[in-house]
Amino acid sequence: MDQVFEIPEEPNVDPVSSLEEDVIRGTNPRFTFPFGILFSTFLYCGEAASALYMVRIYRKNSETYWMTYTFSFFMFSSIMVQLTLIFVHRDLAKDKPLSLFMHLILLGPVIRCLEAMIKYLTLWKKEGQEEPYVSLTRKKMLIDGEEVLIEWEVGHSIRTLAMHRNAYKRMSQIQAFLGSVPQLTYQLYVTLISAEVPLGRALAWARASARCLNFNSMLILLPVCRNLLSFLRGTCSFCRSTLRKQLDHNLTFHKLVAYMICLHTAIHIIAHLFNFERYSRGRRATDGSLASILSNRSHQEKKGDSWLNPIQSPNMTVEYVTFTSIAGLTGVIITIALILMVTSAIEFIRRSYFEVFWYTHHLFVIYFIGLAIHGIGGIVRGQTEESMGESHPDNCSEFFEKWDDPKFHCKRPQFEGLPAESWKWILAPSILYLFERILRFYRSQQKVVITKVVMHPSKVVELQMNKCGFSMEVGQYIFVNCPSISYLEWHPFTLTSAPEEDFFSIHIRAAGDWTENLIRAFEQQDSPVPRIEVDGPFGTASEDVFHYEVAVLVGAGIGVTPFASILKSIWYKFRHADHNLKTQTIYFYWICRETGAFAWFNDLLASLEQEMEELGKVGFLNYRLFLTGWDSNIAGHATLNFDKATDILTGLKQKTFFGRPMWDNEFSAVAAAHPKSAVGVFLCGPQTLAKSLSKCCQRYSSLDPRKVQFHFNKENF
Amino acid sequence: MGQIEWAMWANEQALASGLILITGGIVATAGQFTQWYLGTYSIAAGVLICLLEYPRGKRSKGSTMERCGQKYMTRVVKLFGPLTRNYYIRAFLHLGPGAVDPLLTALLSPASTLAPARLSVPAGFLLATILGTACLVIASGIYLLAAIRGEQWTPIEPKPKERPQVGGTIKQPPSNPPPRPPAEARKKPGEEAAAAAGAPTGGPQENPVPVTDEVV
Repeated sequence: MDQVFEIPEEPNVDPVSSLEEDVIRGTNPRFTFPFGILFSTFLYCGEAASALYMVRIYRKNSETYWMTYTFSFFMFSSIMVQLTLIFVHRDLAKDKPLSLFMHLILLGPVIRCLEAMIKYLTLWKKEGQEEPYVSLTRKKMLIDGEEVLIEWEVGHSIRTLAMHRNAYKRMSQIQAFLGSVPQLTYQLYVTLISAEVPLGRALAWARASARCLNFNSMLILLPVCRNLLSFLRGTCSFCRSTLRKQLDHNLTFHKLVAYMICLHTAIHIIAHLFNFERYSRGRRATDGSLASILSNRSHQEKKGDSWLNPIQSPNMTVEYVTFTSIAGLTGVIITIALILMVTSAIEFIRRSYFEVFWYTHHLFVIYFIGLAIHGIGGIVRGQTEESMGESHPDNCSEFFEKWDDPKFHCKRPQFEGLPAESWKWILAPSILYLFERILRFYRSQQKVVITKVVMHPSKVVELQMNKCGFSMEVGQYIFVNCPSISYLEWHPFTLTSAPEEDFFSIHIRAAGDWTENLIRAFEQQDSPVPRIEVDGPFGTASEDVFHYEVAVLVGAGIGVTPFASILKSIWYKFRHADHNLKTQTIYFYWICRETGAFAWFNDLLASLEQEMEELGKVGFLNYRLFLTGWDSNIAGHATLNFDKATDILTGLKQKTFFGRPMWDNEFSAVAAAHPKSAVGVFLCGPQTLAKSLSKCCQRYSSLDPRKVQFHFNKENF
Repeated sequence: MGQIEWAMWANEQALASGLILITGGIVATAGQFTQWYLGTYSIAAGVLICLLEYPRGKRSKGSTMERCGQKYMTRVVKLFGPLTRNYYIRAFLHLGPGAVDPLLTALLSPASTLAPARLSVPAGFLLATILGTACLVIASGIYLLAAIRGEQWTPIEPKPKERPQVGGTIKQPPSNPPPRPPAEARKKPGEEAAAAAGAPTGGPQENPVPVTDEVV
């Protein structure tokens, strides 16, 4: 227990620039100024102000429905924000009446921001002085029962700033969604003001969702421009790596935007169904109402273009108009294309029959072309500018009987078609995507020289290749195309070679049509080696592995592939005493059902083992192999050969374990062996394993930021 | 492209079209459009199609992920036997509602009192349900392709739980359970062992050392 009270040494790990890690490690207090907190507070105040302003506008126009809607959304989000801040800080019990009062009047973020600023300034003033830590520990040394409190107190001053940051993170998540509802409402309201009379509210819904569709269609092309993202990643290398990691979630973003497109399409179609129905009724109405007059009279104008109702005659059905107008026809076509794209992109279909997904998804070309020409016909009509000048709907809409009267101040309104605007939104991303495809084609034409082909057992082929100008980092992946098998299919493979080697390699396992054909093509000795095209590398480099003193690497099943590259690279760096490498010890856990398909990885581990022995660094790499698909035969065999030096299944020095690892034991062993280090835990595997590992990380990280801390990183390959 | 099971995609497409039919039907009925009673028909057709398509069939190669809660519908769909197994029938069924809708409209329109004789009516679908119908036609096309390639709908059966064989490996209770006397005492001559140790072998255990129950 005396170890708790040792005077702390300066931790020798450079702070990895991510928010929580800065604080948890207790590095010397060179904190970053809490810009995020300030920004969130300003955002909150701005949104509160705009919401209240809108409520005022609605009240002036006596739109009670919209007023209550905006106001209640604003109140709801504000209250959620206050509650979040209170629950994260948990200081209601403490005597802070001012803080409580500010929360009650919904200004909680402001007071918390002030608190954070004050805390930051006090810590900043005290930087370089170690007394806060030492004095606290010395003070409490005598009292045995308060060890836990000491640990808590040591981290307390740093923790409050972290807590503020955490609170604001959560608050801004709520804020970003709920707080932006007033803006959407305003947008809707503005389109409402210019609503056409015969149609009620449905046109506003259609136009609002159309605008959202434009925006989303613009966004959806951007995340799939792989090379653009790589370019951004490369130019922003000065950015924090957590920001760059967001670029790895491009497919998730693509899917979210796609869901939004589906939602808005549904709203748009339903709104237009109502529109057409009302147009149809207006055309057929003969009761002299405003709707019928606007519909009928305008078509008799000498200026033939001034009509409002697209349904030309009472006999025309809505279906006829749908299929003979540009807007209707393109609308139906692009919706069907969208539905086909979505049904073939369902995860089950995508993973089982990738080709169906890939080829069907190219219907997006039809979608974009159709979207661009959807609004050309000008079927949505608005009043012309000069007509608005002489007969504004506010003044004239009630007196529609008198429009023909030449002495009346209102004349008949003139209408014109509103121009198409979708193309303005989708032009730039379409050009970017076109460049992306051209770039992919150009890169694929560059010569790839296959230097070696190795056939491993269980239908695994290793390709070692060379390409002019290709440079990779650990953990990246490439896309591979083989024109002799299929012209259009590109499949991703993780690179298994280290950057220090003079070739790059991938291991291809037979797991479907394309891969089996490829392996068969390479197996034939007499025919020439098929040509390979390579695009890449893509993906964020897993460089964080090198920044931790102790690394725990967990690879499950096929997820072991990126670790081949990582282990090789670490070994090269270690041998050349690379000062960028902070790693001193590696614990590698390999979990798979049976080693058959990964026998090549076996060989890699065996060669690493041998090299380590030669260099005399046996403790550098500790690996454990867990076979989850064992039966009593294998287990019996293993018990019989218990005394042998090498494992009978793998030939490695380390014995194979059977079943799944007990993470509690492993983590406590690592924590005991390295009581003062920051341990990075890296996983490449299924989601369930990620959950249990991150729980263990939290459980076994010590509360004292100077002691062992486990940081969990999950790679999604 | 060789090993694609088109039926899986057709299943997704048909399920989506069923949902779209239901939505279109609800819009038409709630908005009281002209001939909204066709909307009610499309709601019913959509519900039937969703129920039929919800249980996913088993893939011929590889494992299939079940949809949540599909085992109840699997039982019902299995009942119909060849009607649901055969994809030709499904293709025809999906074409049916898709084609029946315009037929109904065409048949009913002369009797409709809302509109005068329509001269320029091409296949008069109800606009709200056109989308669902078109998607259903596409789904039926894919099902036809699947049927031509000889695919079948096989239900996903839950694997019967293997009952552990209780007592199967236990033949006899252990012959010399602890507490055992030390090794010398166990080495007795044959007849005495047979006579005196007749009880421990195979029968209830006889403690060589007297055991007292120490209850305080």
